Amino acid sequence: MTIWLDDPKKLVPLRDQAHQVAMNMLRPISRKYDAAEHEYPKELDLLAAMIDGLSESGASNGAGAAGVRRDEKEKPEAGVKNGTNLASVLGIAEMCWGDVGLLLSLPRQGLGNSAIASVASPEQQERFAGVWAAMAITEPGTGSDSANIATTAVRDGDEYVLNGEKIFVTSGERADAVVVWATLDKTQGRAAIKSFVVPKGTPGMTVERLEHKLGIKASDTATIRFEDCRVPAENLLGSADIDAGTSGQGFGGAMATFDNTRPLVAAMAVGCARAALDLTRDLLEQAGVSIDYDRPAQVQSAAAAKYVQMEADWEGSRLLMLQAAWMADNGKPNSLEASMAKAKAGRVGSDITLSCVELCGSVGYAESELLEKWSRDSKILDIFEGTQQIQQLIVARRVLGLTSAELR
Amino acid sequence: MSPHGVSSRDSRDPIGYAVAAVNRLAQSELLDRLGIRRRAEKAVFTITRSGFRTATTAGRAFAKAGQRGRAGARPGASSTHGVFDLTPSEDEQMLVDVVSELAAEVVRPAAAEADAACATPEVVLKAGNELGLTILGVPESLGGLSEERTAVAGTLVAEALAKGDLGIAVAALAPGSVATAISLWGTDEQQATYLPAFTGDDPAAAAIALTEPTVLFDALEPATTARRTAQGYVLDGVKSLVPRGADADLFLVGARLEDGNCALFLIEAGTSGLEVEAEPAMGVRAASLTRLSLDGVEVSEAALLGEGDGTTYVECVRLSRLAWCALAVGTAQAVLDHVVPYVKEREAFGEPVAHRQSVAFLVADMAIELQAMRLLTYKAAARVAAGKDASREIGLARQLCASKGMRIGLDGVQLLGGHGFVKEHPVERWYRDLRAIGLMEGGVLV
Repeated sequence: MTIWLDDPKKLVPLRDQAHQVAMNMLRPISRKYDAAEHEYPKELDLLAAMIDGLSESGASNGAGAAGVRRDEKEKPEAGVKNGTNLASVLGIAEMCWGDVGLLLSLPRQGLGNSAIASVASPEQQERFAGVWAAMAITEPGTGSDSANIATTAVRDGDEYVLNGEKIFVTSGERADAVVVWATLDKTQGRAAIKSFVVPKGTPGMTVERLEHKLGIKASDTATIRFEDCRVPAENLLGSADIDAGTSGQGFGGAMATFDNTRPLVAAMAVGCARAALDLTRDLLEQAGVSIDYDRPAQVQSAAAAKYVQMEADWEGSRLLMLQAAWMADNGKPNSLEASMAKAKAGRVGSDITLSCVELCGSVGYAESELLEKWSRDSKILDIFEGTQQIQQLIVARRVLGLTSAELR
Repeated sequence: MSPHGVSSRDSRDPIGYAVAAVNRLAQSELLDRLGIRRRAEKAVFTITRSGFRTATTAGRAFAKAGQRGRAGARPGASSTHGVFDLTPSEDEQMLVDVVSELAAEVVRPAAAEADAACATPEVVLKAGNELGLTILGVPESLGGLSEERTAVAGTLVAEALAKGDLGIAVAALAPGSVATAISLWGTDEQQATYLPAFTGDDPAAAAIALTEPTVLFDALEPATTARRTAQGYVLDGVKSLVPRGADADLFLVGARLEDGNCALFLIEAGTSGLEVEAEPAMGVRAASLTRLSLDGVEVSEAALLGEGDGTTYVECVRLSRLAWCALAVGTAQAVLDHVVPYVKEREAFGEPVAHRQSVAFLVADMAIELQAMRLLTYKAAARVAAGKDASREIGLARQLCASKGMRIGLDGVQLLGGHGFVKEHPVERWYRDLRAIGLMEGGVLV
């Protein structure tokens, strides 16, 4: 055991490969799909096939949306693991250096896939393998307080009948299936909340509209209505028992998906911010401003000082991201660290992309460069999968040892 | 420059002159003789607190030994398998455990008094020496503790010690920093001459002097000069905020050579032209900060430590910054550890203040930024230990530790409200100490 916080040597090839894909496949179509909102990026089909191939061959080290699975029963191996969680954050950060919206649109890499990987039974894992799954939690009246959802699931024979409306479903129209959160009994609170895999085209499921957004326009964000939508009972992920409580199958289990996906969203923010830093450094150098890590910020130009501050914050959020993933890889509970990573990466992502626009002036603001786009894309990363404030709440409760009743 | 911190752009108007006259009267002893004013306690004038300038006193004699020109022994780079890992080695963990105990049992209880007295008690320094703080960075072959480069161990130790108290940590680590520097860059002669003084039962006191008393000071552009002579070098300049300068036996001083490159020089206390005076500051007071003046100080050419081409000097500046980052992490952890129980116990409006988001979120941000500071510092330290370039990582760690460390100190006081402002709680001291991060150069090194 040795403290070593550089990128894992074994995952550097994967990281560099992802970077090349981002540079040569995503960047060339980045602006195109920012402008053509709601148009399907057909180029991604080929890329998705390639990623599946890499994953099949083991060359991807398990990176991707499904790479967040944790086997609690698995005995800790001797030595320190650099596994699928680290591979996933490193890969996703590079892909989002290319384009966040396109990464989110990648077939079979949806958040629903992370949910399936996190809570599904082995039989379900097998049945839903290869399915592109979106995730539907948020409702018009329910955002961060996801225990309060109103969509209902009523058992009827071998089926559940779903009724309700879901908004902000990423890839909700394009995905093969949607993982829908619904309550079996509203009076029983969070214990009764379960997730259901609803295949596309199931009668009673209607995509009502696609949102027009500030950023990540390449990604379709759908509103989906469920009206007496019947799904097979075996599509309920995990256990159907209402009192399953914290056994990892109920609401707690569903929320645990977030512990696993928060580092991924942190990775998105880290990647997007790095894109802005890389280009800004170039543009500043062309303008005669160089960055010196050895000189005090106050003896450099204000632009250089700002840059060093941004990069320090960036490095901090990236290391928090790696820490959270490393803990998951090594079977350590990481709810606190996952939230720390997302909180820091979310706010730093916004500060960096917006400040880079400011530093570059009209060059940053105009559409001739991608800086303005990144500053629009990054904003969502401080919102979805738990806003900045929700992360602060989680961190505060953990650090202070307070319950959700004490610190509301 | 105008006295009393008044900018030269300010000027006295008639009312100002009248007020100044009243002030002179207020200061006159007449009032006291008439018994009008309560007698104020007289301050005790000590070298460390009020400072008259004095020549450095020759402490111990360093008998020349070893071979000039022959390279010294070097700690090897630590091995890395390229595995991302946050776990310290068993040896490092053991070291951290004992140093943490020292910090909690000995350092913290002594901190308030050491801060007030501008001096760390001898017994505390002795306890640190017994743990081997002075020889942590000295190779085993030279009587020290290290089998390989100990930048990570040094970082963990500085953090653990600063959790007790930053000022005392600086006082305790300053001599070992010079010993580490000699181990890293010394010739056989320098190592044989000086290191025995650090590895014995009663280690020498020593300090690295890099900071200078100028506005916008840039460590890479020191005003202190080293002029080449036939016999060696002549140094002129002023160094600021040097830990324990009054009792140091040996100084490591940074200076600019005539060719523009910077270099380090070993200067023994008592050398003619070397003067020291107290320079108490806002914080880090337990380290007995001093100002060191060099007026035509002549040293032999054997005084040059490491390369004269600037590379050793820059490396020293970086490693010193890394040590200050570690100190910031430890101090910020102390703030967080103090604030958490306080906000849970302190009640306002019928419930603990921790139950309010505005309070709880400040604590959350402290925890988040502290961990970011720690990870950046560890990453840099690990790269140093492995012999890799860490200039970027150290630059970034310093930036984050300076800004977020100060923020944590600031919020620490804020969360205790008025109680944070008085010396009943240590947060005001941590606030003063954390302002040092980012402006201190030298003093300590890992």
